[in-house]
Amino acid sequence: MRAILCSAALVAALSPAFAEESKYQKMVSEDSPAELFQVGGEELWKKAQGPKHASLEKCDLGKGPGVLKGAYAALPRYFKDTDRVMDLETRLLYCMETLQGRSREEATKRVFGNANSPSEMEYLSAYIASKSRGVKMNPGHSHPKEKAAFELGRALFFHRAGAWDFSCASCHGEPNKRIRMSQLPVLDDPKAAAPLIATWPAYRVSNSQFKTMQWRINDCYRQMRMPEPTFASDATVAMNMFLATMAKGETYRGPGTKR
Amino acid sequence: MAAGPMKMRATAQGGVTEIRVLMAHPMETGQRKGPDGKLVPAHFIQNVTVRMNGKTVVEGQISQAVSRNPVFSFRVKGGAKGDKVEVSWIDNKGESNKIDSAVA
Repeated sequence: MRAILCSAALVAALSPAFAEESKYQKMVSEDSPAELFQVGGEELWKKAQGPKHASLEKCDLGKGPGVLKGAYAALPRYFKDTDRVMDLETRLLYCMETLQGRSREEATKRVFGNANSPSEMEYLSAYIASKSRGVKMNPGHSHPKEKAAFELGRALFFHRAGAWDFSCASCHGEPNKRIRMSQLPVLDDPKAAAPLIATWPAYRVSNSQFKTMQWRINDCYRQMRMPEPTFASDATVAMNMFLATMAKGETYRGPGTKR
Repeated sequence: MAAGPMKMRATAQGGVTEIRVLMAHPMETGQRKGPDGKLVPAHFIQNVTVRMNGKTVVEGQISQAVSRNPVFSFRVKGGAKGDKVEVSWIDNKGESNKIDSAVA
């Protein structure tokens, strides 16, 4: 019986459709349009904006003001100046408010863009994440607030709610599930989650848009028919913390390209 | 993303130069309707030209069938380190862009 089960699993893993998809993944992973967003992100990073007419170049993403190398791979983490755990977009929002003097309302007016005009957060995420390529992912896990964020993220992952009584684990909790041709990774299993988390944020070929982690989380909630979480809230940061921790030790290979 | 930046990488190996180029372009087919219910006018790259040291090595005509923000890769016989590669495009509105770099 055991042998039959094993071979059944093998057949599922090697089914031609999945093999085709991984071939496709390999093809699109080289020279992705994500690079075009990195160019746009670099310009935005250096562009003076807001009432204080300042750029984001002095923004401290955890490695010191303006240090980008490896910064994304070490997020989310606890920041002493705000006394909270922050992920990349949350921290960028903080820098827009403090360095550039912009209001939270104005800076979050349009956090998710479209194909014709991507958002600032999308450009900046692409640029900053690209500076962590080749760096091992190592989100914070020593400060009590970092641990609390991880626990909250895990609780949210398994928390069933909404019109369909769904949780993230309804789709991402069992192996070999898929939506149409996209395989759904088991996100509480580091082995399955790490290779995927290490390629987000990413460019989506099917709608020609660059997608951030905050978007990814939002869209999952939308698909579960739940109210969409507030941008840069403790809940989304916690979810991000949970996911990033699952990829701890994995070499960051993003920004990736998705179907 | 409007028509904008380009990125290119050209590497010579084993007597063949591989050129990979990214172009930011909306590549509108002219068949899609916008939020106002009206057709979005066609806007797509029509001609792509690759030159090596001033000599045209690839002349391509492409159409609406190519995706937004296209990525192209060409393999050209010959070419050595330091050769100048230039890739340019012209779209149906007459807009154009080009990028050049040296073969690595």
